[in-house]
Amino acid sequence: MEQHSVSQENQGKKTPPIQKKPVKQKFWKKLNFQKYLFVYVCLLLPLIFYLGIRILPTLFTFNVGFREWNLLSTEAQPFVGFDNYVTLFKDEVFIKSIVNTLIYIVLGVTGQLVFGMVVALLLHKINRFVGFFRVIYFIPYVTSIVAISWVFQWILMGNGIINDVLVKLGLPAQPFLNSPDQAIYVIIGAMIWQSIGFQMILFLAGLENIPDSLYEAADIDGASPWQKFWRVTFPLLNPTIVFSAVIGTITFIQVSFTQVVNMSMDGSGGPLNSTISVVVYIYQLAFRQFDMGLASAATVILFLFILGLTIFQMKVLTKKFDY
Amino acid sequence: MKKWYLGLLGILLLLLLAACSGDDDDGSSETDGAEGTSDEVTEGEDGEITLEYWQYSFDSKVNLMDELIQEFEEANPGIKVKQTNFPYDQYNEQVAVQVPAGRGPDVINLFYGWVPTYVDAGYLQPLPQDAFPHEEIESEFFPLVEATKMDGEYWTIPTAVRTLALFYNKDLFEEAGLDPDSPPTTWEELEEYAVKLTKADSNGRLEQSGMAWEPAQQGHQWLRDGLTRQAGGEVLSEDRKEVIWGDDPAGLEAFKYWLSFPTDLGTSEQGFYTDDVTAFVTEKAAMNVDGSFRIGTLQNDAPDLNYAVAPLPGNVEQSTNASFWTNGITAKVEGEKLDAAVKFLQFLTSDEVMERWLDEIGELPAKEAVAMQDKYVNDEIYGPFIESLPYANAHFFVDETKERELVINAANKVLMEGADPEDAFNELVESTQALYDEYWGDK
Repeated sequence: MEQHSVSQENQGKKTPPIQKKPVKQKFWKKLNFQKYLFVYVCLLLPLIFYLGIRILPTLFTFNVGFREWNLLSTEAQPFVGFDNYVTLFKDEVFIKSIVNTLIYIVLGVTGQLVFGMVVALLLHKINRFVGFFRVIYFIPYVTSIVAISWVFQWILMGNGIINDVLVKLGLPAQPFLNSPDQAIYVIIGAMIWQSIGFQMILFLAGLENIPDSLYEAADIDGASPWQKFWRVTFPLLNPTIVFSAVIGTITFIQVSFTQVVNMSMDGSGGPLNSTISVVVYIYQLAFRQFDMGLASAATVILFLFILGLTIFQMKVLTKKFDY
Repeated sequence: MKKWYLGLLGILLLLLLAACSGDDDDGSSETDGAEGTSDEVTEGEDGEITLEYWQYSFDSKVNLMDELIQEFEEANPGIKVKQTNFPYDQYNEQVAVQVPAGRGPDVINLFYGWVPTYVDAGYLQPLPQDAFPHEEIESEFFPLVEATKMDGEYWTIPTAVRTLALFYNKDLFEEAGLDPDSPPTTWEELEEYAVKLTKADSNGRLEQSGMAWEPAQQGHQWLRDGLTRQAGGEVLSEDRKEVIWGDDPAGLEAFKYWLSFPTDLGTSEQGFYTDDVTAFVTEKAAMNVDGSFRIGTLQNDAPDLNYAVAPLPGNVEQSTNASFWTNGITAKVEGEKLDAAVKFLQFLTSDEVMERWLDEIGELPAKEAVAMQDKYVNDEIYGPFIESLPYANAHFFVDETKERELVINAANKVLMEGADPEDAFNELVESTQALYDEYWGDK
């Protein structure tokens, strides 16, 4: 049986076996061709779909960004060159949104990675209740962002539970989301808390892949736990860290929309634009002010921003370690 | 590694090509598409005209509209009306995304504050003057409908309007030793009542707010059309081109009075129990400035809430904010279809429909003669709203979202960054003027 199926496969790969009759061979070839055609067509369908609803519109955005494009207008959309880009870079709110996005990414992704790794390392060490803890840490990740955002709003409001505790401890009540200085960090905290579970899974998988023999060798050499972590675990987790950082950055840019809209006090990146992110601003430009030209230009900038960041991360974070 | 760079370069090249070459293709295909579909729509089936009517999803409105459409179709054979609804939050988006596709409504229900944007984009056509003569609109409707009169034309006409009034909790009034049957009528009284109705703990944390205060909700409207005009000021010049908010000391006086609730008086807090409506419903706020559109919510969500309504407390003048959802005809409708759309609009603005709109939805009739009937004026809940209609004002927005945001930011600068109220107010006036300059600059 094994032999037979192997020879069939070989036929498909243009290496005809010598011992077969030509007629039969032709038949098999035809059948195989049809089979592959079918498989490829099936595989191509989603590709066309993807091309149509993802890639082409993305490319079209570049075109829109160079035009004065009012979404409601049915008239021609004049070409304005780089006007939209110039307007954006003169726009204080847009600059603020870029700075905020950077803060979201730098603090958020670092926080996610650190906490995710710590949780994974701890979970890796225990033998009992592993499943229980994994569930506990993973639940926030699969809970609705909107629901969580509102729960945080209630916990953090002036009369909320956290302020009650602070006051009981003799500390002054904090404005949290009502303060332009604190709101963004509160939101980042909520986002980190929610994504720890996902990072934990990635890191656990990475840890499983580190062979025990390396630790045994380190033990024989008399390495301290700290040395073992920095010399064995950390370098070998590198691929996981790069992957987590890239994925984390991209999701952070996306998620900073839902969280910000639901947690900021005016629902649009307030107070005083202190929590506005680029995606929230793009949404406002496009669907509140109907200025597709500006919104597309901002999207292009965001695209280049993500592209640059990803290249940077891959360059800086990827290192080869051979053991 | 090298291959990877090549790939990236390739993608960028592709993007550039797409950006440059898209020009003429898209232009032509766009207009083609639009013409094609508009032809299709006007033809309809068997000479029957189908009107596409869009409004936002608001259960009671959708249901009443379904009934009204049925009656309209019976009275006007040959005309069919198809209602489409979108959630309020996504309404503009949905409208916006359908336009480039060449599809969309023939008659559309819009928030009046959005109308200038739509008119500006060439989305609407003026109401035909033979069917809706200006003198008739101006004599029959409340003057606030002029908020959508632009370039000497009426672009939309509402069935119903809403006003702001003071909601107050009768139980909390009694608890504070106040007479629930004599609500505050002046600024001083409002202050006094708010202070009496406020409770704070030993750390100064607010436990019960005397006056809910939320600029992002109705707060900004209260400031513009309520307080400013009550103090004798005005936000906009007659021609709506100048922001004269700061010309009269009344503007700043109103702004300071408004801010005194969360500052000097300490009766209010932004985000108190997340927002004003929640705080009022959960009896954490004793008074709130809110619209007649909230009555339905209160009846559903808090049937046991013992509240009453009073006209907004005034100062040297009486004034309140009005707002409305209003119906317009889109630009491409013409010929027989336009006649049908006009008929439908006339039906929607008939006295009878207005009465039913109040009975079933709780929005106030837009025509003076219908609204001022005894049965409505004497109504315990609707009375105060209707009473305020004659002096109500609907601010002409060039950009509702942005103007709201400017007011919120001005308040936050004072509350959170300790800015001087006068500076924050001047900045508000200046930045609002900049919006108007931009709007009128295109004309």
